[in-house]
This record gives sequence, C-alpha cells and structure tokens, in this order.
Amino acid sequence: MWTYFLFGVSLMTVKLTLREKTFEVRAGMTLRDALKRNEIQPEAVLSTRAGELITDDEILREGDDIRLIAVISGG
Amino acid sequence: MRQHKLALCKAHYLEWVPAQTRRFIEHYEMFNPHERVLVAVSGGKDSLALWDVLYRLGYQADGLYIGLGIDNDQGYSSESLRYCVAFAEQHGLKLIVYDVMQEEGASIPEAARHTRRGREKPCSVCGLTKRHIMNRLALDGEYHVLATGHNLDDEAAVLFSNTLHWHVGYLQRQGPVLPSRPGFIRKVKPFFRFYERETAAYALMQDINYIYDECPYATGATSIYYKEILNRLEADRPGAKLSFYLAYLRAKDSIQFTAESKREGLLLACDSCGQPTSAPGHCAYCRTWDQVRERMQESPFPE
Repeated sequence: MWTYFLFGVSLMTVKLTLREKTFEVRAGMTLRDALKRNEIQPEAVLSTRAGELITDDEILREGDDIRLIAVISGG
Repeated sequence: MRQHKLALCKAHYLEWVPAQTRRFIEHYEMFNPHERVLVAVSGGKDSLALWDVLYRLGYQADGLYIGLGIDNDQGYSSESLRYCVAFAEQHGLKLIVYDVMQEEGASIPEAARHTRRGREKPCSVCGLTKRHIMNRLALDGEYHVLATGHNLDDEAAVLFSNTLHWHVGYLQRQGPVLPSRPGFIRKVKPFFRFYERETAAYALMQDINYIYDECPYATGATSIYYKEILNRLEADRPGAKLSFYLAYLRAKDSIQFTAESKREGLLLACDSCGQPTSAPGHCAYCRTWDQVRERMQESPFPE
C-alpha cells in the first residue's frame, strides 16, 4: 500500500477535535472505534463532518476532519 | 440509536422527538394543552430544545431564565442569557428574566462566599436559590406547571446516586412528575426518557443556538462522574440506562417507603416569603439569603 507524505506528515490520517484537543487516527476504522481508541465515550459526544451529524458506525475516510461536540452536562 | 434499535434520517428524527415528547406528556399526565407551562431555561441544549418542542407542539409555554451572576472569565451567565433572549425573540415567545444580583443583592458566587457550606463551590446555594425562585415565580405568574429539561442521563445519574447512598426520601420522590402540593407548583420533566445525546442531536439538527460551555463550577461534579460510569455500562449494553430508570419507576410503587411519608403533612408557611417550609420561622432560602446580606454588611470581602 502506498502512503503519501507531504512535508513529512502522513495524509492517511483522520483528525478528531474535541474542544481544544486534537486526536489523529488512521482512516478506515469506524468512528466508534476511533473514539474508543482515544478513550472518548461515544455516548458523551456527537460527531460532525462538514457540519453534518454522523453516526458512530460511519467509516472514517482519509483527510476527514471530525468535530466532536461534548453533550454531557453536569453540576 | 442502538438503545431503541432505531435509525432515522434528519427529517424523521425532527418529527420523532416532538412526537415522543407529546406521548410522554400525555402518558404521564404532565399537563394538557389548556394549561400554562413555565419552562426553566438556562441557555443550554436541553432546556432550549424542550422549549422549542413545546412551542412546536402548540403548548402555552413561557420561559424563565434565572441570572446567577456566574461570569468569571467566560461571561457564562451573560452568554447563556443572550442565547435565551435570542431564542425567545426568534420565536416570539415570552421570556421572564430574574436577576439574582439585582433582586437579592448578590450574585450566586458572592452569596456562596458568605455562607459556611458555599465557600468552596456555590452549587448548594445555587440549587436552593433556583428551586425557590422557579417555584415562587411559577405560582406568582399563575402557571399550572413548571417544566425542566432534565433528560434520561440526568435522571439515571441521580437515581444511581440515590441508590448508592440509599437516600430513601429522594428515592420515594424521584420521578418525571412531582405533583403539586400546597405552596408547590407541579414540576415535570418531559424529556426524561431521552438520552442526553438525543436532545443534543435535536438541538443541533433544529439549528438551536445554545451555550456549549459548561458552568465553570461543574468541573469535577459527581453527577458527571456517575454519568460516565453509566455510559460505560451503556456502551456494552445499549439501552441499559433506559431500562434502569424505567424499571425503577415500575418498582417504585411496590416499595414501601416510610421515612418520608411521615414528614409530608408537616409543612408550614415561611415567616418571610410565605413559601412552604418544614420548620417554623424562615425557610432555608430566606435564612440563607438573610445570612448572606448580614455577612456582606459585616465583611464585604470574605477570605
């Protein structure tokens, strides 16, 4: 499998952003798996791609920029 | 939504949430279309989503925002008020705004600094104040019912806590409907069967602008910890939170609570505000705020 690099950075990644934190995962896994790998509870967030909500079983594509919105409130 | 074994597109989801809400309101006899509802709104996703649903279903729903004066660096209270005002204006709805600083002479954080229990965190004073004000304004405004945006995650976390600690009195009272009693408005939670994620999804899909930031004092809250524990359970067993709560509601009637029922008839009127209280003299709210005002005069800037 060819892996393309630009300025030393792999382009085969997906970015997940939750508040100010950014996580990188490889493309091809489900969103649920990506969240679990980064110890983010799927129940605790909603995920959007280009402003549209996506479900946990969505397969992440290379170059995806996923915004995570925390939904758990407390106090 | 694995918990319901259901998958919906956006259009059907935006129909499903109001339809389910109406079903819960009718099934649990929360209120009818002829009754006036006061919705406690905080600027957060649940309360604004609830107000949105009730408005779309045609209920007579006004909003109540209580300004707590929690502004710190983020301007949390100011920002949350802005979202409530914008929502009300957008839909032509009535919003009642009660500013604690203006009405009582101190913000919640200031008041908490002048009480013994509130020095570390103002949550105790905050909860006491909100409950009192919501009840009083709902009665004064001749509303029939007060609605809050509590969701299933909120209710399950509270139930979990009450069970862990065997708070029998709270277990007896917890539920989606708190009937009215002399001096107390009927309180309902129309969203109590929705997962927090579901109400958030509704708010996002309906383009409801709400405050994303949490109350700065919510960091480390036990309720959030309990929600995380229940979410771990839910991840392995979809539907577990809903089953836990609904099974409790079914079981509640068959559990013989005795401690709380003996206290029910012993409510008196507060000397100061007239609201119900269990002991003669001032109610907890008036005692607390009298103490705050007294201490502020003695020592305006406590350590």
